[in-house]
Amino acid sequence: MKFEPLTLTAYTTVSALGQGRAAMRDALLHERSGLRACDYTDLATWAGRVAGVEDVSLPQALQTYSCRNNQLAALALETDGYAQAVAAAQARYSAARIGLFLGTSTSGIGATEQAYFDREQNSNELPADFNYLGTHNVYSLADFTRAYLGLNGPAKVISTACSSSAKVFATASRYIRAGWCDAAVVGGVDSLCLTTMYGFASLELISSQPCRPWDIQRDGINVGEAAGFALLERNKDGVALLGYGESADAYHMSTPHPEGEGALLAMQKALSLAQLNTEQIDYINLHGTATPANDRSEDRAVMRLFDNKVAGSSIKGWTGHTLGAAGITEAIASIIAIEEGFLPASLNTQQIDPQLNMSIVQKTTAYPVQTVMSNSFGFGGSNCSLIFGRTSW
Amino acid sequence: MRVSVESVGLVAPGLNGWQAAMHVLRGDALLEHIALPAFKPELLPVNERRRTTSLIKLALMVIEDALAQSHYQMNELATVFASSEGDVEIVDRICTALTLPDHPVSPTHFHNSVHNAPAGYWAIAAGARHFSTSLAAGTDTFIAGLLEAASVSSLEQMPVLFVAYDYPLPPALAGRGYVDAVFATAMIIKPANSNDMNVFSLSLKSGTVEPPYLVAQLAELRKQNPAAAALPLLCVLAGKTTGTLAFPYHAGLSLHIEVE
Repeated sequence: MKFEPLTLTAYTTVSALGQGRAAMRDALLHERSGLRACDYTDLATWAGRVAGVEDVSLPQALQTYSCRNNQLAALALETDGYAQAVAAAQARYSAARIGLFLGTSTSGIGATEQAYFDREQNSNELPADFNYLGTHNVYSLADFTRAYLGLNGPAKVISTACSSSAKVFATASRYIRAGWCDAAVVGGVDSLCLTTMYGFASLELISSQPCRPWDIQRDGINVGEAAGFALLERNKDGVALLGYGESADAYHMSTPHPEGEGALLAMQKALSLAQLNTEQIDYINLHGTATPANDRSEDRAVMRLFDNKVAGSSIKGWTGHTLGAAGITEAIASIIAIEEGFLPASLNTQQIDPQLNMSIVQKTTAYPVQTVMSNSFGFGGSNCSLIFGRTSW
Repeated sequence: MRVSVESVGLVAPGLNGWQAAMHVLRGDALLEHIALPAFKPELLPVNERRRTTSLIKLALMVIEDALAQSHYQMNELATVFASSEGDVEIVDRICTALTLPDHPVSPTHFHNSVHNAPAGYWAIAAGARHFSTSLAAGTDTFIAGLLEAASVSSLEQMPVLFVAYDYPLPPALAGRGYVDAVFATAMIIKPANSNDMNVFSLSLKSGTVEPPYLVAQLAELRKQNPAAAALPLLCVLAGKTTGTLAFPYHAGLSLHIEVE
């Protein structure tokens, strides 16, 4: 059965590159990184922080959801006319026929972190006004977004670490094919918090410098935050999801398979569903976190499938690793690459590790990009590859 | 959409194991509040088991119960893991560590903190590289998980191990979340064939419904854990009866399941 493409009829992105599609496009075209020396914690690292998140106020009726993660979500929903596009879609499909599938890794855990800091000395009691369900519970992001957009359809949060907001595209496609909804809001949000900063530091996976994917001196990630949303519809012209592939590593909780076994399987499945061969992929937006093991594993997987015949880059050197928001953020970067016709550079990659073999784009280059694969791989060995390209009906 | 249920697992106080629980679910015996023994899933090596949490072990225990009556090999199965809260025991440990000087977060706690940690441990134990997802949908997490599992099984034509599980929150967060009792259920779901037993025919409809009837004791358990929304379906499967059940799914929607 031929996979039915789902067109992104509206989309928006907020990351360290700025607010909106144009901000991301301009930064990518002019090689302007969003990474800055980290001022969120005392860790000596760089981070992809979004300016002004803490100043966003949620609507009065939704105050119980107030936390950095949902503030970042609200910022994105009000960008690029996204909320208005969803309102217009509701008029076409009805609110109950639009699905809502969002990814996050840590949800609003920052609110729980703060509540633990605010405990009285020697007391186990968290502050009375701390709203755990509204802020930190895994579903909070979708609960908030559903109320914010006035949607009444099926909803869920996918939380599979750094593949979360890539996998939402696959779930949306299945729900639409099953007839459970006619269109879908997909996206993902993850925001800076102490848990991920000190957690990655405890695993010695944080770089003290701007991260350098595929570089011989790469030594870890920079944590970033981002929010992104897309509206998926059938039978529309534009850039569309052409296929997806999901797999598990079955190898280790925090280290990828050394031969990229799970990543390879996800890429193969995506190509198979899209009925495309490897020569038809113009560019791979790599997961490329800039840890020694991750890039080695992904390089191995790409080489096994594509040999050296496709160009790739990681945008982690622009945005940092936005974790549960990486899937949607990098999907949108891929779509911008198709719409604007360029290959984004792998920023900060100076001297390619001679043990890595795939072709890395080191300078943003004009190119008529037709079809892109976007990779997202996460802890627990959760892999997702998406393929985007133009479709016309 | 039609799928069939090949086997079932269940772990809850007084309902420890599908075979043992069936007489309670059929109404032949009352639910007795017997505390569960310590979870010792054999899927994990002993040294690994020590480093995991109650939630991870609970998920693996209920999987073992479902596997006991399945003819599938472990590595043939795709998986859907549905938990409304995830691992709040780990959250408590990490958030406590963050308040201490130098913020000594344990690396093991950190990688166990992802919502898909139970799925990761399962995949490693089973050598399973197929589709796997981990999700949450508040009080409707069981229904959201069942829909995900059924859609994967039906559209991608593969057997899916669906696990819904939640563990009570630690003292500091108790009463603030969705969960006050232990409950986990697992179902191995496959595309329906003509001569299958336990066929579910699923349809999503608009309109609000009340949850299906349960006897008082089970209705009380259902209030304490979103995974226990499965109970009416488990009662039908245990009683080998047929009929249609309507489950609430978010405000204004319902999932109708005709059990054939």
